Amino acid sequence: MGEFGQALMNAATLIVSFDGDFLGIVGLSLRVSLSAVLIACIIGFPLGALLALSRFPGRGAAVAVLNALMGLPPVVVGLIVFLLLSRAGPFGVLGLLFTPTAMIIAQTILVTPIIAALTRQTVTDLWAEYGEQLRSLGATRADTIATLLWDGRFSLTTIVLAGFGRAIAEVGAVMIVGGNIDNVTRVMTTAIALETSKGDLEMALGLGIVLLVLALAVNGVSQAIAAGASRASQQAVRA
Amino acid sequence: MVAPRRQLGWLVFLAVFALATPAPPAYGERALILATTTSVDNSGLLDHLRPQLAAQTGLEVHVVVRGTGAALRLGVSGDADVVFVHDRAAEDAFMAAGHGVLRRDVMTSDFLIVGPRSDPANIAQLTGPTGAAPALRRIAETETLFVSRGDSSGTHNAELALWRSAGIDPRALAGSWYRETGSGMGATLNIAAALDAHLLTESGTWTKFANRGALTVLVANALANPYGVMLVNPARHPHIPEADARKFIDWLTGADAQRAIDEFTIDGQHPFRSAAAASP
Repeated sequence: MGEFGQALMNAATLIVSFDGDFLGIVGLSLRVSLSAVLIACIIGFPLGALLALSRFPGRGAAVAVLNALMGLPPVVVGLIVFLLLSRAGPFGVLGLLFTPTAMIIAQTILVTPIIAALTRQTVTDLWAEYGEQLRSLGATRADTIATLLWDGRFSLTTIVLAGFGRAIAEVGAVMIVGGNIDNVTRVMTTAIALETSKGDLEMALGLGIVLLVLALAVNGVSQAIAAGASRASQQAVRA
Repeated sequence: MVAPRRQLGWLVFLAVFALATPAPPAYGERALILATTTSVDNSGLLDHLRPQLAAQTGLEVHVVVRGTGAALRLGVSGDADVVFVHDRAAEDAFMAAGHGVLRRDVMTSDFLIVGPRSDPANIAQLTGPTGAAPALRRIAETETLFVSRGDSSGTHNAELALWRSAGIDPRALAGSWYRETGSGMGATLNIAAALDAHLLTESGTWTKFANRGALTVLVANALANPYGVMLVNPARHPHIPEADARKFIDWLTGADAQRAIDEFTIDGQHPFRSAAAASP
């Protein structure tokens, strides 16, 4: 109980103190993970929808691969991105290793399959419901994708949050490609790993509690927005 | 097709994302990348040196912390500009293979054998370099738990050298008392504390380590632990800011930093002795 009490105290102190270093770590965590999720959405939404609506040989295998990629181990993604961005690797000249950009790339690779695979499922279900109608209206492929994605926007919000949860919580990939450099690439999860390695378990747990609060806040905000948008759209339908 | 009001929530959502997108990284002028080991960083030595480094050289140094083996690999691939590690044999091999062009001694700390306060292997009265091999033999004879880094780090290689000098190959003994964690020093210390096991650690990390449980130092000064700093070969990696790297190495091995290393204390103890103090 002593450790948990101390950890709660540490978490409260960290949040209240507005310590510059700590805020930098929180800010970078949000910046990296939200950027990765944004890019993953730009790729994953159309990719998932396209996969749901297209018929081509090997489609079943593509869906299976995409679903399997949801379970990509972060350490493996980190290692692959590390080898690609290493000075000895194909993209070494860019000098991106140990930068926030490298961390965004790694998390994007982790999150995109989740967004795409879950979007595919959502769009498949919607297509089964409205496909007939859209076909009779003579909608083009692009129109159909846009309409179905818009129609499924509340499910997509949950999908985005699932992707965000994956990104903000992972430590394996950002540790390898970011290097946990103080003030440059240190995020919440790598800071937790560092404090654990120093044996300061109370501080590590305190940071963990802050991370949970952060995830809760992001989820709360997006849920409130989704609820507001849902009410607005119902009012629009009635009016 | 859609009422503007309905789009609002979605737009706010996207705006939050867009604002979170970082500016592209600046190219050209870049910070020096220093690959070093957990003992240097976790001990707090770097934090102690950093203000002086900034004031006297103006260099911005990005520190990546890895085990010695992994830190040297960052030098081989050119992902680090300067490598600051503790494994003389591996450092010499690094230099001999042409991966580094300049190597200097920086400082020395001590390896310690740490174990449960109850001292089940009865090694607490042993001390110094002559005590290490007998202590390990007793641990093997009594089959009391010993955890090893098992990660090709400087500490792991030093531990294997000590076992060799004791005439024991712990991995050949099929007993379950010898366990490899495959993890860093901190993680391995946490495991040893949870298991009440012995391990070889290094004075800097140990002095700073908070979660000791029932562990205590049983054999002090088991082995000297020298650190060296090396410049990664700029001929192989033209992107290395050679002038900055040399400036850093000159500073680290210069009089002011060497004095700061000797002055560094954790809880009143001096875990590191500078190379300058060792060879006046």
